Amino acid sequence: MGSTATWGLVTAVFAASLVEFVEAFTIVLAIGTLRGWKSALAGAALAIVALAGFTVAVGYALVTWLPESALQLLIGTLLLIFGLQWLRKAILRSAGLEALRDEDEAFREQSEAARRSSGETRFGFDWYAFVISFRGVFLEGLEVVFIVITFGLNADNVPLAAAGAVAAGVIVLIAGLVAREPLARVPENTLKYSVGLLLSTFATFWAVEGLGIFREGGESLAWPGEDLALLALLAGWFLLSRLLIRLLPRLARRGPGGSVPSIVGEETS
Amino acid sequence: MKYLKSFGRFLYDFYIGDDWKTAATVVAALGIAAVLVATGAFGDTAIALIVSAGISLAFAANLIVDVRSRHTERAQHGPSQR
Repeated sequence: MGSTATWGLVTAVFAASLVEFVEAFTIVLAIGTLRGWKSALAGAALAIVALAGFTVAVGYALVTWLPESALQLLIGTLLLIFGLQWLRKAILRSAGLEALRDEDEAFREQSEAARRSSGETRFGFDWYAFVISFRGVFLEGLEVVFIVITFGLNADNVPLAAAGAVAAGVIVLIAGLVAREPLARVPENTLKYSVGLLLSTFATFWAVEGLGIFREGGESLAWPGEDLALLALLAGWFLLSRLLIRLLPRLARRGPGGSVPSIVGEETS
Repeated sequence: MKYLKSFGRFLYDFYIGDDWKTAATVVAALGIAAVLVATGAFGDTAIALIVSAGISLAFAANLIVDVRSRHTERAQHGPSQR
C-alpha cells in the first residue's frame, strides 16, 4: 500500500474514532456524574472488552475464509454504504437541512433520563448506570470497530488502523479528564464530513477492485494510476458534496410553499 | 425468535440507518457492474469509471429526491412537531 493510502487510512480511522469516542464520553460522563463512577466505568470497561473480542473474531473469520478479491468486494460494499450514510448526514447538516449534534444538549438529556430512572442494584452495581454506560460505549465503539476492521483488512494493516483508533481514544480521555465536561467544542460535523469523504473514496476504490472476482481467474481489477486514483476519487466526492451543499437548500426553499424552515430533520448522532 | 428479530432490527438500524435507498443504490450499481465484468466487454478502466460515476450520480439523485419530497410534505402538512 502506498503512502497516500496509508495516510488516508490513519486519518479516516482517527477522525471517525474521535467523533464516536466524544459521543461515548458524553454518555459515560453523564451517567458517572449522576449515578456514580463505579458502575459507569465498569459498564464502559466491559464494553471495551466485548469490542476487542468482536474485532478479533470477525477479523480472523474474514481473513481466513475469503479470497482477496472477495474480501475487497465485500468490505468495499459494506464500507461504501456506511461511508455514504456519514457523507449524506454531513451534507444535510452542512446545508442547514438537519440539526447539528450538540454534546451539551446530549449531556442534559442523558442526565435527565438518569435522574428519572430507578436505582435497582444487581451484582453490586447500579444496574441502570452499568447498562446505559455499556450500551453507549459498545454502540459507539461498534462503528469504530467496523471502520478499523474494514480499513485495516483491505489496506493489510490492522495494527495501524487500530493505533489510529487508540490514539483518538486516548486524546478524548485526556481532554475529558482535563475538561470534566462534555467535549462540545470538537467540530463533530466537520470530522464526520471528512470521514464520510474518505470512507466513500476508499470504499469505491476497493469495491471496484473486488469486482474482479466475477471475471475468469478472479484477479482484482486495476485502477488507472493505481493508488493515485484515490486522489481523483477524493476530489470527485469532495466536489460533488460541495455542489450538493449549495444546491440542496435552494431546492428545499423552492416550490408550492414558497419557503420552509431551514431545519427539516431532527438531530441524530 | 424475539432476540433474533431484535438483533436483525439492530443490524438494520446500525448499518442501513434512516436511508435504505443508499444501500439499495450501492448494491444495484455493483450488481450491474458485476454483470459487465463477467461479460468481459469492458476493460478495467472503463468499469472503474462507470461504477464511480454511477454511484456518485445515484447518491446525488437520492439526496435531491429526499430533500424535494421532504419539502413537498412540509408544504402540504406544515412542519412536524417532533
